[in-house]
Amino acid sequence: MEIALELARQQKAISVAEFFEKNRQILGFDSAPRALITCVKEAVDNSLDACEDAGILPDIFVQIKQSGDYYQVIVEDNGPGIVAEEVPRVFAKLLYGSRFHTLRQSRGQQGIGISAAVLYSQLTSGKPTRVISKIGPGRPAHYCELMINTAKNEPEILLENEVEWERPRGTRVELEMEGSYVRSRRQSVYGSLKSAAIVNPHARLTLVEPEGNMVVFERVTESLPKKAYAIQPHPAGIELGELIKLLRYTDKKKLRVFLKETFSSIGSISAQELCSRAALDEDRPPASLDHEEAKRLLAAFKQIKVKSPPVDCLSPIGEELVKAGLEKEFRLDFIATTVRPVSVYSGNPFLVEVGLGYGGELEKEGRVEILRFANRVPLVYQQGACAMTHAVEGVLWKNYSLGQPTGSGVPTGPAVLLLHVASTNIPFTSESKDAVADVPEILVEIDLGLKEVARKLRRYLSRQIVLSERREKEEIIRKILPRIAQKLSDVLEKDVPDIGPVVAKIMGNLLIFRRRLAQNGLTSVSIVVENHSDSVRAFKLHELLAEEAVAVSPEARVIPIGDGYDHHWKLSVGPGESTTVSYSIHSDSMPHSEPVVEGLDSEIVTGARVI
Amino acid sequence: MERSAKSRKSSRKSDDLEKMDEIDGQVGRIEAAHRIEKSRIAQDKLIGLAQLLYGQFQQGIVPHISLPSRTKGNIEFSAKDDVWVYGNQETLRSVKTVRVAKTLLKTVHLSELLLKEHLKNNRGSTLREIYYISENWDIAKFHEQAESDRLIEDLEIVTSLHREDFHVRPEEDGAAVFGPLRLKEQTRRGEKEMHCQEDVGEAGYQIPFNVDNIEFLSHDAKMVMAIETGGMYARLIENGFDEDYKAILVHIKGQPARSTRRIIKRLNAELNLPVVVFTDGDPWSYRIFASIAYGAIKSAHLSEHLVTPTAHFLGVQPSDIVDYNLSTDKLTDQDVQALKSELTDPRFNTPYWEKQIKLQMDLKRKAEQQAFAGKGLDYVTKTYLPDRLSEMGII
Repeated sequence: MEIALELARQQKAISVAEFFEKNRQILGFDSAPRALITCVKEAVDNSLDACEDAGILPDIFVQIKQSGDYYQVIVEDNGPGIVAEEVPRVFAKLLYGSRFHTLRQSRGQQGIGISAAVLYSQLTSGKPTRVISKIGPGRPAHYCELMINTAKNEPEILLENEVEWERPRGTRVELEMEGSYVRSRRQSVYGSLKSAAIVNPHARLTLVEPEGNMVVFERVTESLPKKAYAIQPHPAGIELGELIKLLRYTDKKKLRVFLKETFSSIGSISAQELCSRAALDEDRPPASLDHEEAKRLLAAFKQIKVKSPPVDCLSPIGEELVKAGLEKEFRLDFIATTVRPVSVYSGNPFLVEVGLGYGGELEKEGRVEILRFANRVPLVYQQGACAMTHAVEGVLWKNYSLGQPTGSGVPTGPAVLLLHVASTNIPFTSESKDAVADVPEILVEIDLGLKEVARKLRRYLSRQIVLSERREKEEIIRKILPRIAQKLSDVLEKDVPDIGPVVAKIMGNLLIFRRRLAQNGLTSVSIVVENHSDSVRAFKLHELLAEEAVAVSPEARVIPIGDGYDHHWKLSVGPGESTTVSYSIHSDSMPHSEPVVEGLDSEIVTGARVI
Repeated sequence: MERSAKSRKSSRKSDDLEKMDEIDGQVGRIEAAHRIEKSRIAQDKLIGLAQLLYGQFQQGIVPHISLPSRTKGNIEFSAKDDVWVYGNQETLRSVKTVRVAKTLLKTVHLSELLLKEHLKNNRGSTLREIYYISENWDIAKFHEQAESDRLIEDLEIVTSLHREDFHVRPEEDGAAVFGPLRLKEQTRRGEKEMHCQEDVGEAGYQIPFNVDNIEFLSHDAKMVMAIETGGMYARLIENGFDEDYKAILVHIKGQPARSTRRIIKRLNAELNLPVVVFTDGDPWSYRIFASIAYGAIKSAHLSEHLVTPTAHFLGVQPSDIVDYNLSTDKLTDQDVQALKSELTDPRFNTPYWEKQIKLQMDLKRKAEQQAFAGKGLDYVTKTYLPDRLSEMGII
């Protein structure tokens, strides 16, 4: 027999379930601690998605129990529930899901996650997965025990009946698997729920750990994230093969209508323009385009300017909630946030959000912690392979007051970075969804977002320096100088010297004082104004006298007020300069109070009252 | 005062005694007057400093004092006295920062203490006691003794007086001296006379912190040898080196205290004796020699008072390591750093030191004084020291 024929007999189709059975690492079940984390994460992601779709504030309960050699994972939500007929396929058929064919931001995309967890559970413990689901109060709860027939990738129902369940609606899934429970690090069930709580401030997450310890991550907002709507693909960055596929299978009869209806952000005018640029008749049936013509159409896409995709397909966390999320988990002195506008890669809209926390109780040295999120799902593994990390490493942090010992790489200092990429289709590096791929458009957006918050940090820190200089001067003036003056007077047995002039100089203030000289019953008074600041000071100087002064120089405006006369001068004194005004008056009419300055802040004036 | 009271009492006994006491009383009065005079100068200087600052407040000048920079970059050779002193670089202490403002506040507190407690009442404190006294000064309290020590040095510089003039004394032990020398010490309990071989124990004569209370009476010495380690000092005494070579041995106990350097200076200047310095053969020991012969960076304001410019380095020289085939240790990284730093130190900028330091860096080894013991207990006194001393033209 021919070898080829022999070989052909051995060829057979492989079920996805069988494939993943042998390649579990692709789905994030490669180690015992990680398997638990992935399983919890997949179940929680599904619950969050379901609650948001139904407009319900999520209240999710997670419990990890040790049972014999295995761990039991229970995840229960208050979501809309799943109708009984769908339950087996949702949980026990890989690549079955509601989201794969729509362009809309959601945590789950391919319909693999939870069924992969079911598969892992049955592989390691041999036990079926138990599901309870209830779609409304007054309806019975549906209970079933499921396994996956891996050869066919089809669910097998071992047991099915109606049960009593106290929740008005929701879903509860119970899996048993090999695993190992760790807590102390970020890569743990606890850590990943904590991270999830940061970007899902509308959710209440409760975790009961194997030893019975209960942790509640309380919600900090009652408002649900804005609902993300499904959209058509965006023409920017679409690939030729994709375009040909769309052209061939569309039910639209005319090219112009096809363009307008198939893509987002393209209206009649853009559609016409595209057709003329591609030199194609706009009434042609789309399926009639040949390869060459499709290529021309694709080229035309790149020539015209199409507006950005609508934001509604995405659901950013928002600056307010990024801030609230960071505040919830860290004690910080300063938080900067930014939400970048929607952008597109390969026809997929995406946006980037960045939060930066600084100071407080963060470690002063050591590398900055990076919290990565994709569509509100925390990413805890493969930090080094992720586009978010790469973008952080690419910023010259030294320009923004953070350390960067080797001149590139993750910065050091008392800071924490939160990065969120939201997209209708997150380009992960692998099916285990650990790291976002280095898509150039995404890298650029993250970089811009990082620099925005970094600039805010730099501004904050330089303001802090000015403030601390001011505080330092305050300390000198309020605590130290008076003591030096007091001690000097103790040592010399003289009066305590006036520290006012010295204070004015140290504070860079405007110093005002009188000099007087009495002769023949007349007193000639000079008011000296010294400007110790770095800038010009322009103001009005008032001297309220009981009588009109004589020999006034320079001339003053005099206004009678009540039983006195207000003499005032308009003065402008340059930095480091001084000026003097003088007048004479009868000695018994000498003013009793300080001169008055109008038009300056009181903290920059010494020796005069400020109005 | 005590003396003149005594003289009044004894004057009633007899005329002869009265006469003698009169002379004694006069001497006492002169001494007291001298002491009062010295204390008046110190008072005037401190009050002058306070007045300077007070005047600055009155004139609206931001209070400040200026001091010479006390760094390696700002010491220069004074041809007049053959010693290293501070150069012209000055640092301005102005109250514009909290740190300096606090330093000025501490300076004023310290001045008050020295004026009102020390000089007025003829009392004194140790450096450490001053550090503790500051506990009551609230925000002017010293954070560590090094800070108060430094401030007292600053006061010495500003007033061009010595801390002894303010009745401030160190805790550190002064040197011990052993050799053919007779001296008289003015103690709080009267004058004591002693011979530094016959009247002392094996450890020798312990010099007081204020060396100027000593008067040299007579001697039979040909040289002064300053020795770094106690082990070598005891070895030379045991071997009778002081008698055989008519040497005054000074145990300098590591980095020499001021009083140690002062007595070496006085032995050299007043008795006209050559001074040789015998230390370990490592970079730290060269600095000990430098502080005796050239002056220390920290106390360059006292160089004229403390430094013996004609002192010679006897050893252990890096070249001795080769010549005498001594047992050695490897240089540590800090040793190498210290050697490198000495190459840029103006005090070591001589052909001799350059050659020796570079040789040591090539050898990458160092040797202790006691390494000679490897060749027999008498080797150092019978062979090495006579060799070196005749090489240096001392014997």
